[in-house]
Order: sequence, then structure tokens, then C-alpha cells
Amino acid sequence: MFREYIKPAVISFALLTIITGIIYPLLITGIAHVFFHGQANGSLIYRDGKIVGSSLIGQQFDDPKYLWGRISATSPQYNASSSSGSNIGPSNPALIDEIKGRIKALKAADPENTNSIPVDLVTSSGSGLDPQISIAASYYQIPRIAKRRGISENAVKDIIRKNTTGRFLGLIGEPVVNVLKVNLDLETYKK
Amino acid sequence: MNWNSFIQSFIFILVIVILAKPLGIYMARIYIGKKAGLNVWFAPVERWTYKLSGIDPKREMPWKQYAISAMIFNIIGLVAVYAIQRFQSHLPLNPMSMPPVAPDLSFNTAVSFATNTNWQSYGGESTLSYFTQMIALTVQNFVSAATGMAVLVAVIRGFIQKQTETIGNFWVDLVRSTLYILLPLAIILSVVLVSQGVVQTFVPSVKATLVQSTKDAAGKEVLEQIIALGPAASQIAIKQLGTNGGGFFNVNSAHPLENPTPLSNFLEVISIILISAALCYTYGYMVKDRRQGWAILAAMLIIFIPCLLICMHFEQAGNPILNKLGVDQHSSILQPGGNMEGKEARFGITNSAIWAATTTAASNGSVNSMHDSYMPLGGLIPMWLMQLGEIIFGGVGSGLYGMVAFIIIAVFIAGLMIGRTPEYLGKKIEAYEMKMASLMILIPPILVLAGTAISVIIPAGTSSILNPGTHGFSEILYAFSSASNNNGSAFAGLTTNTLFYNVAQGLAMFFARYWLLIPALAIAGSLSKKKIVPVSQGTLPTHTPLFIIFLVMVILIVGALTFFPALALGPIVEHLMMYHI
Repeated sequence: MFREYIKPAVISFALLTIITGIIYPLLITGIAHVFFHGQANGSLIYRDGKIVGSSLIGQQFDDPKYLWGRISATSPQYNASSSSGSNIGPSNPALIDEIKGRIKALKAADPENTNSIPVDLVTSSGSGLDPQISIAASYYQIPRIAKRRGISENAVKDIIRKNTTGRFLGLIGEPVVNVLKVNLDLETYKK
Repeated sequence: MNWNSFIQSFIFILVIVILAKPLGIYMARIYIGKKAGLNVWFAPVERWTYKLSGIDPKREMPWKQYAISAMIFNIIGLVAVYAIQRFQSHLPLNPMSMPPVAPDLSFNTAVSFATNTNWQSYGGESTLSYFTQMIALTVQNFVSAATGMAVLVAVIRGFIQKQTETIGNFWVDLVRSTLYILLPLAIILSVVLVSQGVVQTFVPSVKATLVQSTKDAAGKEVLEQIIALGPAASQIAIKQLGTNGGGFFNVNSAHPLENPTPLSNFLEVISIILISAALCYTYGYMVKDRRQGWAILAAMLIIFIPCLLICMHFEQAGNPILNKLGVDQHSSILQPGGNMEGKEARFGITNSAIWAATTTAASNGSVNSMHDSYMPLGGLIPMWLMQLGEIIFGGVGSGLYGMVAFIIIAVFIAGLMIGRTPEYLGKKIEAYEMKMASLMILIPPILVLAGTAISVIIPAGTSSILNPGTHGFSEILYAFSSASNNNGSAFAGLTTNTLFYNVAQGLAMFFARYWLLIPALAIAGSLSKKKIVPVSQGTLPTHTPLFIIFLVMVILIVGALTFFPALALGPIVEHLMMYHI
């Protein structure tokens, strides 16, 4: 029993653990830090030597002068140390309440906007950390941001365009706008 | 759905079919022991592993010895994962000072990873140390996958050998699967993932100063964002390739640091079924009739493609309740539209639906969107793909040996219908094989339905439900469909980190894995002993379109009849209520 089963099982398990659990992750970490240092450490954005976020992690924006992102179901919102979706089902009354609440907030911030609201702006993301919104969702917010900041709509649109990523090879994925980057650019925009 | 949805689906399937052949041939050569590059260059590593472990790679095992070896190896893994979680606070690489994991949760996670399920009752970034993620989970991601592949190879040997008592050496199949197939693919994938922004580091979480401060639930001002990091890419690569699916972060591949871009998503979703699809080719190559491999791949695709499109259709159609609120759900060049609750903007509907269908067809269980928030019929598809028994691609190895059980049943039924002795690949299918194949087909549904039935009766089961009404029932049905077929994805609104669910799901995962693995090896042993009957006028061909369709029908009838009543109580009722009341 021991020689036939236990010994090979224990030792091969230990050896495979060393190969796949230690050597392999260390090798990848080494390669990552030589070739992709920024990406491997969270794609962080620095301003004046301070970390102001990650280009891949969203932040909560509900001040009308900023571009707003997806609804985040984490607590507090956009908690990047405890990701979570809402997991609310399609027929759950809580879903309607959530959406109605968001529509109210959007309307309150910009009562004159009568366009229909793009769906990704009123729904929770899967991760609670979605850094991006659809182009439609960003365009919807242009008049509000321009008004609050006293800058032209075209200026806002230019900043949005600058922070838009298209589909990979024009085919794969969805075109999206990075909310945090737009807001950082809005903050530094000179009239 | 727009033209782009179809193009993306088409590219995805095309890439899989194109890659299946070269990878399939490569894997076959590894298992047969022919030269294939890596197994020449790294032969010393393999040799030393055998030498140190006291393994004689030339010694073949009868099926019982093969099964005992596999079981002992898996149980050692299970104990190791349990122990590491319990003692993680005393172990190194714990920069965030995670406390020991609770016993019931440790049990659940240990079974989950040893059985290639990777059900996540834990939240990765909030529960586990880097040490646990690497030494416990990443290792199981490799070896549980390799176990499935080893068993498949043993089953294939059952068909190609004649009048032999043995079915190969478990240790050799295990080590070769890990060293020459899983490891190199994982290395390539993880490097590409890092280039896209998947984190791979040992530094603790970083603090970012928020651009706009926000408030927490208690109304206190929050000025900082703590961003969890870790050695994620190396684990994500193998959890995708080995049909494991246990994410580094709580929300799995919906997390932007686990799956940041459309390219990372494309590669991760391909990795889910790459090996399972290629093993079909390996199968054809090894039985020396490649048409048999293509036939199985075709049968899988015939079920898979419509499921993918149906799921995508219902998600793209969106939620009828939202239309009344003045929300724009139409897809256009500016937005994906559809049911975006629980989905990420960069994936939209198309890539979320492709992933949902793929991760449940293969027993991967990673997610890039929250299945609980899918439309009723959009969510029915992933649930049903699991209930079919994880044989449409399925787990690496396990999916194909599960499919072989269905082929045996199909051949037997066809034999009865046309009055011929059932044979498959020259082996007579007799009572013993039928009994074992029936076990493999019956055990998962029993676990799914009994587990669901018990959970909806007792308060410990129902108190975990998040969504009210029929959707709550769907959450429980989904949970047991997932655990009892070793998938690992969830309708995650259900709170499963409770004593009841941790234990019940743990047992379901355990029995689902090993009560299928052992009969599969028994079939291999029994077939290996038989003669090969030469092809004659009376042989039923098993590579023709007729047989492929017949096989698909057998799978659909078994799957549909077993689960229709339960599905009717969950997603189907919910759909009817949403659209017609």
C-alpha cells in the first residue's frame, strides 16, 4: 500500500506543487515585472506623485460636474478590495427601485435632458468596479457636464473621444469610454 | 442581435475549430509517448519526478489500481488545500493578514478545487492569502485538470487495446498532462494576460486618493480607494485552461484586474474550451479514426451553437420592465443595449453571452457577468447546459469521458432499434458497460434534483435566497446543477457560505466527480480486456451525420426530460410572468 500508492502520491504531489505552485507563479511574476511593470502592478495612475486610481478600476462619481459611471453594488461603492455584482434578478422589484432611483438622480442633475437614458447608465456592473461606460452613456451626459463646468460641449466631447477605446481589431468587444480618465482630463482642462 | 454579435460568435467558434487539430495532435503524441518538442527538452524533469517518487513509468496498471492511485492523489490534494486554508495566518505570503478560513468553508473550497469544480463560496481578495491562492488553489487547478485528462486517456486506451488487463499508468498520464500540456499553455496565456493589465505581483493592496470623495453605508466620508492586487495572472491562466474557473477575485473574470480588455476576454473564453475541444481530435487520433473525433466535436457544436445564440438573443432583447421607464435598450453603434444589469460595459451583451454559454457547456464555471441577473430564459441556457451533464465540451478530460458514456447509451439504443449487437470502435458493448454508463448519466441528475428538493423544503436552504419568487427557486436549482456537475458558476445572489450549503454542495461536488470517474475507469478496464471485432456489413458506423444527430437526440431527450419539470418551476414560469402578466 505505502510503496505502491502513498509514496508516489505524496512525493509527486509535493513535486508538482513546487513546479506549478511556486516556480510557475514566480516565473510569470519575473517576466511580468521585466516586460509589463505597470500592468502587472494594477495600471495605476499617478498625479503629482500620488496614486489617484487605476485606469482599470472605476471610481464613484455623483457630482454633476463629473462624468458618471455604472452603478456599483459594492459597499462603499467601487470598493476595489471587495468586488461584487448586485445579483438582482430581472423580475425583482429591487431592480426597478434601483433603476428608478438612478433615473431620478440623473434627471435632478440635468432636468432639461429629455433623451432616453442608455441602459448601462442605470444598471449595476458585474464587478461593481467597471471603469467604463458605453459611448451613448457618455454622450448623454455631455450637456450637463458642459453647463456645470462652463465649457463648450465640443470640449467635453473631445475629452470623451480621447478616452474612448474601440473594439479590438474593430471586431471584438464593445467600444467604451473610461470614466476616471475623462474626469481627470476634465479637472485639468483649461478654458 | 446585430451583425457584430454574429461575427464575434463566428470568429470565436472558428478559432476553436482551427486550433483543435494542432493541439489535439500534440496532446495525442504526448500521451502516446512520441517526440513532440517539449517532452524531449523537459524529459529530465519528468524522469526525476518519477525517480524521486518511486514511480516506474513502464509499469501499467489494471483499472482498479489506476482508480485507487487517482483517488489517493486527489484526497492528498483535498487535505492539503483544507490544511493550508486553516493555517494561512501562520504561513508566509499573507501581506493582508487574512485570518484562518472557517472549517466548513475550507472543506467546501478544498472539495471544490480537488474536484475541478471551483465553486466559490469564498471571496478571493477578502478571504485568502497569496500563499493559499498559489500553493493551494493554483496547484489544484493544474492537477485536478490533469486527473481528468489522465482518466480520459485511460478510457481511450480501453478502445485501442485488445485483451489487455491494464489501462496505462496514472502517474505518467498525470505528470505528462501537467508538464507538457497545461503548464506551457498557462505560461503563454498568463504572460499575454499581464500585458493586457491582469495583475501579477506580491505587493499588498495599494491606496488611491479618490478624485471625488464618496460616502459609505454609515454616511461617513470615504477619501481613499483600496485596490486589491496579487499574483492573479498565473492563476487565471490555468483556471481558464483547466476548466477550473475559481477566480482570484470575488467576481471572477468580470473583475477588471482579472479580465481587463476585449483581447484578454477573447483569449480567456477561448481557453475555456480549447483543451476540451482539442481532446476530441486527440481521441480520433488515438483510436486511429479521426472521423470519430470530428463526429463528437460536431455533436457538441450542434448543441452548443443554438444555446449560445438563444442566450444572446434573450439578453439582447433586454428587460421589458425597463422599456416602460424610458430606458434605451436598443443596440446601436454607440451602445450594446440589452440587459446590462450585472454585465461589464467592455463586454456588452455579445461577449457576456458567449462566455455564459461557454463556461457552462465546458465545466469551467468562471464568469464575466453575473448570471443571476440574466433574463429568465437567458439564464436558463447556462443552467441547462450544466444539467446536460457537462458533456458539451465539459471539463478537460471529464467532458469527453462523460460523452463516451452517452455514446455507449446511444449505440446500445441504436443497436436495439435495428437489431444488431451494439459495438463501438470495434468493442462489443455489453451489460457491464451499460451499467457503468447508466451510473455516469444518472448520478448527477439525482444529486441536482435531490439537493434542490431538500434545500427548498428546509429553512437553512431557503433563508439564503436573495431574489424573491420563482427566481429564488432558480438560484437553488442553479447552485445544485453547478455543484453536481462540477461546474462552479453560480446564481451568486444565493448566500452559499453557510454551514448547510458549504457541506451539501461539498458532498455533491465530491460524489459527482468521483462516482463518475470510477465507473469511467471501470468501462476502460472492461473494454481493454475485449477483442476488437473487425468492421463488417453489420457494423453501425458512428461517424456519419445520421449517428451524430441520433447522439444529439439521445442527449437532448435525457437532459430535457429529466429537468423540464424543475426548469418549468423556475425560469420558464418567471419568463411567462414577466412577459404576460
